[in-house]
Amino acid sequence: MVQRVVDTANHLAGYAAKAAGVKVVAAYPITPQTTIVEKIADFVESGEMDAEYIRVESEHSAMVACIGAAAAGVRTFTATSSHGLALLHEALHWASGSRLPIVMAVVNRAMGAPWSIWPDMSDSLSQRDTGWIQFYCAGNQEVFDTILQAYKLCEDERVFLPAMVCLEGFILSHTYAPAEIPDQAKVDAFLPAYKSGWVLDVNKPYSHANLVSPEWYMEFRYLIQEAMENAKRLIPQIDKEYAERFGHAYGGLIEKYRCDDADLVLLAMGTIGSDAKLAVDKLRKEGLKVGSARVRVYRPFPVEEIVKLAASSRMLVTLDRHISFGMEGFLGSEVKASLYGQQDRPLFSGFIAGLGGRDVTAETIEKVAKRSLKMLDAGRVEKETEWVDLRE
Amino acid sequence: MIKEVRIHGRGGQGSVTAAEVLAHAAFIEGKWVQAFPYFGAERRGAAVKAFARISSEPLLVHSQVYSPDYVIVLDPYIYRVVDVTEGLKGGGVIVLNTKKKPSEIGLEGWRVGTVDATGIALELNLLVAGLPVVNTSILGAFAKASGEVKLASVLQAVKETWSGGVSEKNVRATELAYERLKKWWDGED
Amino acid sequence: MTLAPKKRGDLPLTPLSCPTEGSMGNTGSWRTFRPEVNYSKCTKCTLCWVFCPDAAITRQQDDSPKIDYDYCKGCGICANECPVKAIVMVREEE
Repeated sequence: MVQRVVDTANHLAGYAAKAAGVKVVAAYPITPQTTIVEKIADFVESGEMDAEYIRVESEHSAMVACIGAAAAGVRTFTATSSHGLALLHEALHWASGSRLPIVMAVVNRAMGAPWSIWPDMSDSLSQRDTGWIQFYCAGNQEVFDTILQAYKLCEDERVFLPAMVCLEGFILSHTYAPAEIPDQAKVDAFLPAYKSGWVLDVNKPYSHANLVSPEWYMEFRYLIQEAMENAKRLIPQIDKEYAERFGHAYGGLIEKYRCDDADLVLLAMGTIGSDAKLAVDKLRKEGLKVGSARVRVYRPFPVEEIVKLAASSRMLVTLDRHISFGMEGFLGSEVKASLYGQQDRPLFSGFIAGLGGRDVTAETIEKVAKRSLKMLDAGRVEKETEWVDLRE
Repeated sequence: MIKEVRIHGRGGQGSVTAAEVLAHAAFIEGKWVQAFPYFGAERRGAAVKAFARISSEPLLVHSQVYSPDYVIVLDPYIYRVVDVTEGLKGGGVIVLNTKKKPSEIGLEGWRVGTVDATGIALELNLLVAGLPVVNTSILGAFAKASGEVKLASVLQAVKETWSGGVSEKNVRATELAYERLKKWWDGED
Repeated sequence: MTLAPKKRGDLPLTPLSCPTEGSMGNTGSWRTFRPEVNYSKCTKCTLCWVFCPDAAITRQQDDSPKIDYDYCKGCGICANECPVKAIVMVREEE
């Protein structure tokens, strides 16, 4: 029986961890993630969820505990945000290098200083090199669904990598909206029992991730790169299978909207990618050929999808809820990098928007689109990167 | 059809819960809903805003509410520090917890509904940590003032959120507020 | 008094704040109940002044309490601590 509920994305993440049969959760609270682990704590306390909840003293300990648990052979889950994610940074490398299929919800929150509790994607994007798969969600249902899909993906023997499921703080985490929780039997049919590539066993003792000299370290890293390439192929397949079983689909790596005949395509991640659809509809009514593409998976980066989009449009524009100081937004950089090898490249402009929770409305996105269309008409871009709605 | 509601209160009064219960009531009636806070410093007493959207279709929008159709005000004095009318659409309705008249609080000319939700809470001994609970009763007043949700749906949402004696008191408070809401438009001031 | 910047050029390198009286404005407007002192019952024990968490009660020359209604949030601790029940919490009507 499908359960129709109204709840926050955070609570739905808790429901997903429960549905996935997670056996160990080690977590430390931080706004705006805390209600995920509070929900899980409720489930464990009431017996609804048969799992071990480890109260650790910091996020770093949380990740290290998850590494231990995953290595010991159980499905694990944790959640964090912002400085919590930054604090456990070194353990991210360890988890991916150990090839452990941990899934973590990251509730995107800006980094301090200055201190901010509001959403932007600097926290997770600055971890893009750690070998973790990264999903960016645009709705409450998607958060639930993506966590389940992530376990299926990460525990595939062609992958065996950990994944972050990212969702913007307050915009999704604390927003109460309708969602469906599927029948547990159907979830079990989709997600088999936990599998990992190696397990710690007292009867067959060994240690993992031991010292590797320059003779072989590169090859171990290449294996991770291969696993990412495999993930790129598998994600659309899993999304399709999930849609067939549960009725919700997200376009695999990129969710395209009215792009087929678009002159201009707006690219974004997270909820900006959802509100962009409203902007597209309004612009289309004015006869302007605009489409939007929400990049749902940032790692592995969907290079081939970007190349396809570029081939069919005259201009690509990115809206980054992030800035890499001294350069530009990461979505912008990687879209350009994906296209460098192409003979014919569309015009490109990058926009920085929504940092520290600055609201990004459909009207803002419309403004960006109209500005870009002007550049397209002129045949040249004024600035590589522009900051949207910046106070003078 | 999309209707947007902004709720003003102080931290600890349950503004966010009010938005959720309102959304829940509309969800019971088959609507697509959103309820979310605008968080500032998380502590008692700080001015808090919460929002709800009630829609006939699933919503793609995730940005804040700027032009609400309705404003609900839980705190009787917050109008002194916050402009509760900001962005309110023409013809929009403000529902206020107060004993005063709209003209006494600078709201003449607006469509205002008032109810002494604090008084109802004190009457029913509906208190949390000594403070009167007004976030459920104000929704009863909202149902009457707006017609956007039925009282029965609000009561069901309340019953599904709380249980036992607490639930009964909240239900009674909501019913009383519905009965006692005073509409100050159509020349009634 | 917080200085609200008007232009990007007004911003300091990073936000800097220093202790200021009433930086959150008149927190007295938060009250649902207000404390009223019955000075004929008051024994000037100064316990209410000691316990007020917001320093909204000042101790007068003669040790009697003076409540600053600009900042009193009506928490009721003074009424609770008064050994002779000289302080009563009444509903704020203003």
